[in-house]
Amino acid sequence: MKKYFSILTVVVLLLLNTQANAGDDGKLDTNKNENNGYVEVKDCFEKVNRGIFSFNQVLDKAIFKPLAKGYRMFPKPIRSGTSNALTNLSNVVTIPNNVLQGQFKDAGINSARFVINSTIGIAGIFDVASYYGLNKRDKEDYGQTLGVWGADPGCYFVLPVLGPTTIRDSIGSVINLVGGDAWYNVTVANDTQYFSEADYYASRLLSGIDFRAKNLESFDSLESSSVDLYASVRSLYLQDRYRKVRNIDKTTETLSDDDWEELESQ
Amino acid sequence: MKLLKYLILFVFFINFNSSSIAKDPSDLINEIVDEAASILSSDDPVESKIIKLNAIAERSVDINGIGMYTLGKYRKIIDDEQKSKYQKLFKSYFLKSFSSRLVDYTNPRISVVSQKKINDKYTIVNSILEATSKRPQVKIDWRIYTKNPERPLIRDLIVEGLSLARTQKEEFNSIIQNNNGDINALFKTLEEFLIK
Repeated sequence: MKKYFSILTVVVLLLLNTQANAGDDGKLDTNKNENNGYVEVKDCFEKVNRGIFSFNQVLDKAIFKPLAKGYRMFPKPIRSGTSNALTNLSNVVTIPNNVLQGQFKDAGINSARFVINSTIGIAGIFDVASYYGLNKRDKEDYGQTLGVWGADPGCYFVLPVLGPTTIRDSIGSVINLVGGDAWYNVTVANDTQYFSEADYYASRLLSGIDFRAKNLESFDSLESSSVDLYASVRSLYLQDRYRKVRNIDKTTETLSDDDWEELESQ
Repeated sequence: MKLLKYLILFVFFINFNSSSIAKDPSDLINEIVDEAASILSSDDPVESKIIKLNAIAERSVDINGIGMYTLGKYRKIIDDEQKSKYQKLFKSYFLKSFSSRLVDYTNPRISVVSQKKINDKYTIVNSILEATSKRPQVKIDWRIYTKNPERPLIRDLIVEGLSLARTQKEEFNSIIQNNNGDINALFKTLEEFLIK
């Protein structure tokens, strides 16, 4: 375990260092307002990534899309309940990350939501906390926290089954597996009498299906109108992560005006 | 005195005229959303719906502007002939992709919630695509080019914080980059898409 943390510390320091160097050349500086701080992320293994992406597409068409379509056939209350329970479970990762990012108010609200929804809301199926005015907050993860601390995303790459990620986000996922995710700890990492490994993997699979079911039309639309689907998905993933790391909700703060400013077509 | 009267009338006319034709960006979105909704919920055949939707797009979207934006750094290195070919191809690509995305929706309900002027050239209009039993509520922001206040034009759609124009730009740039900077590769890809 100690070794794990040593490796993680070195990689995090390297990422922070990369960011400092990136700032020096003036092109990838995340701290200045140029390009609204948007960092160009390198696709280091594009050929391999495209191969894995195609494999994931096949997998999606054969397994995940049909499962998502089947899931869609359940009545809305069942889907909402499942989605609520999964969101409630994700609080065990969001709350420590709220704290690590200095979002103490959000940490308090998410903790109260977790306690209320897990008990009165029957394992999170019912979002009772919202009824009491404790509205849902954005999810946070260790990849976002590393970003907030100043770590550069590093290379973009695609993982089999799991999909798009960056070096920073993968380290974030590894942190979940080395103690950062309480749900993983009580199901897989430690042998408890209440939960089994199957519970963890079932919840992960359900999360994937729930997400896919919510985006069936959007994915179809993207696929049919795209001339390079791989590049589109990469762009959408990186834009989404950028926004989440910066905890930006307002469009006016997310967009770079650099290219637009040069255009005069009217 | 007569001259003064004419001058006052002239100034009043100029002011009245310019303020009456300046269009509010939110009104533009409300108008096109209503028009599109009525087309999509009609019993017209799909082909007729596509023609009508394309007419809305040609009128209210800065297709040429988006086209040049999506070329990114490559727009500075193409010659006039390539530029003209690209603009024609992009317009056809845009309209095909735009109408095919929309035509599957039967009655989308979009409500404009607010707008924010960024500068003299741009205003962001914030709207909500209401939830259905199949999908949750979606936040859609519109980047409106207001350099000519009489004719504001849409330049980008930002869905849940994700810019469609940026996505398109990165998609096109990826095609050109993976073909050693050859813009003809993008032309070929667009032509193939159009005959699909």
